[in-house]
Amino acid sequence: MALMTIAEALRQAIREEMRRDPRVFCIGEDIGIPGGWGGAFTVTLGLADEFGHERILDTPISELGFTGIAVGAAIGGLRPIVDVQYGDFLFLAMDQLVNEAAKMTYMSGGTVKVPLVMRAPVGATRRGAQHAQSLEAFFTHVPGLKVIAPSTAYDAKGLLKSAIRDDNPVIVFEHKLLYGSKGPRKEQGAISAVGEVPDEEYLIPLGKGVIRREGRDVTIVGKLLTVYRALEAAERLAKEGIESEVIDPRTLVPLDKELILESVRKTGRLVIVEEDNLTGGWASDIAAIVAEEAFYWLDAPIKRVSAPDTPPPFAPVMEDYYVPSVERVVEAVKSLF
Amino acid sequence: MSEAQIPLLDMYRTMLTIRRFEERCNYLFMQGRIPSTLHLYIGQEAVAVGVCAHLRRDDYVVSTHRPHGHAIAKGVSLRSIMAELHAKATGCCKGKGGSMHVGDMSVGMLPAIAIVGANIPIAAGLALAAKRLGTDRVAVAFFGDGAANEGAFHEGLNMAAIWNLPVVYVCENNLYGASTHYSKVFKIANIADRAQAYGMPGVVVDGMDVEAVYQVAGEAITRARRGEGPTLVECKTYRLVGHSRSDPRTYRSKEEEAEWQARDPIPNTARRLQALGLANEELLASIEREVEAAIDDAVAFAENSPLPEPTDTLKHVFYEA
Repeated sequence: MALMTIAEALRQAIREEMRRDPRVFCIGEDIGIPGGWGGAFTVTLGLADEFGHERILDTPISELGFTGIAVGAAIGGLRPIVDVQYGDFLFLAMDQLVNEAAKMTYMSGGTVKVPLVMRAPVGATRRGAQHAQSLEAFFTHVPGLKVIAPSTAYDAKGLLKSAIRDDNPVIVFEHKLLYGSKGPRKEQGAISAVGEVPDEEYLIPLGKGVIRREGRDVTIVGKLLTVYRALEAAERLAKEGIESEVIDPRTLVPLDKELILESVRKTGRLVIVEEDNLTGGWASDIAAIVAEEAFYWLDAPIKRVSAPDTPPPFAPVMEDYYVPSVERVVEAVKSLF
Repeated sequence: MSEAQIPLLDMYRTMLTIRRFEERCNYLFMQGRIPSTLHLYIGQEAVAVGVCAHLRRDDYVVSTHRPHGHAIAKGVSLRSIMAELHAKATGCCKGKGGSMHVGDMSVGMLPAIAIVGANIPIAAGLALAAKRLGTDRVAVAFFGDGAANEGAFHEGLNMAAIWNLPVVYVCENNLYGASTHYSKVFKIANIADRAQAYGMPGVVVDGMDVEAVYQVAGEAITRARRGEGPTLVECKTYRLVGHSRSDPRTYRSKEEEAEWQARDPIPNTARRLQALGLANEELLASIEREVEAAIDDAVAFAENSPLPEPTDTLKHVFYEA
């Protein structure tokens, strides 16, 4: 058992899978440059020393192009792990992800596979509107893509290893405030997601959520950073006698729907917390599922706590307003009683 | 390369197969027996055939929304293409692809990519995999003149060049992106000139001349297979029909069409075969009969095949081993 940050756990997952399978390789910007950072958030730091620059492949700044190359390489028998420095840059690669990677298996009548992993950092971190967005809902909407969002070091390693072995394109959303990146790449306002990671190999299957905290009065569903916001809110609420059950789905597609429904059937109340914009968001989808499938167990309306329908702002006072706070979660829960 | 080394008769047979296949498709479409629309390759056959004549079964072709010719030249079965166009369960994509996505990876033809230019980086990726896995496979991307103005063209060619990938880029310049003439969207006479900007050879060839295409493609494919990197080949060609079945071609002159019609590679190659003493009227007529018979067989197969079940919609979203 070792204590690791999420960045270290992701790196260890990549290292183990690259050792296990020579077809696995990393492709992206600034991931293996000697003297560089090892990707924008240090995840691939040092891997080029072990695996060389053919398998830690630095690219030009051409997100559409290298994502397309990864799609072709995956179809051709390799297993690419693609790195975009900031999730916001995925929009440049959208055609390859949505029209090619996600649809190729379908259009081929199930004969062609695209085993590709796309890693994308998300979250507002004092960088203004274009290095900050939470993009999960854009991708959960696309049939043919799997989507994971690990919030602990243990999950990050186990889920990424499963993603690399999966025969489908998997988008991995990683939150910048949870990486635990050190040195010059350390993030202001980061949350310590350092956790115990077993020395022996383990995999976490895609599609299995976890209960982070048990409670009988209300279900709070969060992902990435908002899992921590939900847990802190639960502690405060407990002092006022409200016991919250906090659920972290970990995988957004396929979704562990039953885990959420079961919890709501027990608590009768649901609050969903996410950093994405409100309209057309992931939280809306969870709300719709619960309204359709567990309506008669609900004792109160479903509440969504999300970012407002604005781009992420720059000024710290505005960004703090934008990202769902612990206070907003507490308030939302209390409004249900 | 001497004339004897060029498999002209085989290439003629394949070009004729593509031509007659598409003429039949058009007929069936007009009769309402094929749904959707069709982007016909009529007039451009010399390009697909001259290039694919050099390819092995395990080489890759990545095509466009106009893929029938590439698929036939790469060896996808006529039955499975015709069944796909008929939206049948026995089609090469089980009815999930249609005209714009025909392909069959068992013969190296990726289901075609109908987003203009998107196949360009994908071909580079297939080439990267071929190289990394220690094979001498090559990848060929066919695309039109319009694709050369997509960002994917720039990004894909640049990376293919810097990594010296075994890929051949075949630009079929048929003068029109849908209805927009080449001269409205290019300031340069030859798309092949752009190759220099990426550090790879660029070659212009008469795309109506299958022998010329064969010659130039052979050099590019050999270069790629030897590990000497990518080439951009620009084939000057013309689609003798509209962009799709709903195109009345009112944006171009009858004179221009007549000029290109005179360069139609099918009759010209037939005359060339006779001039070289490689075929006589009788042989050409027997090839014509064989081709028609193969197409009859494909149509019968397609018409007798079952439709997919409506609920097959739900299958193949994810890959299952």
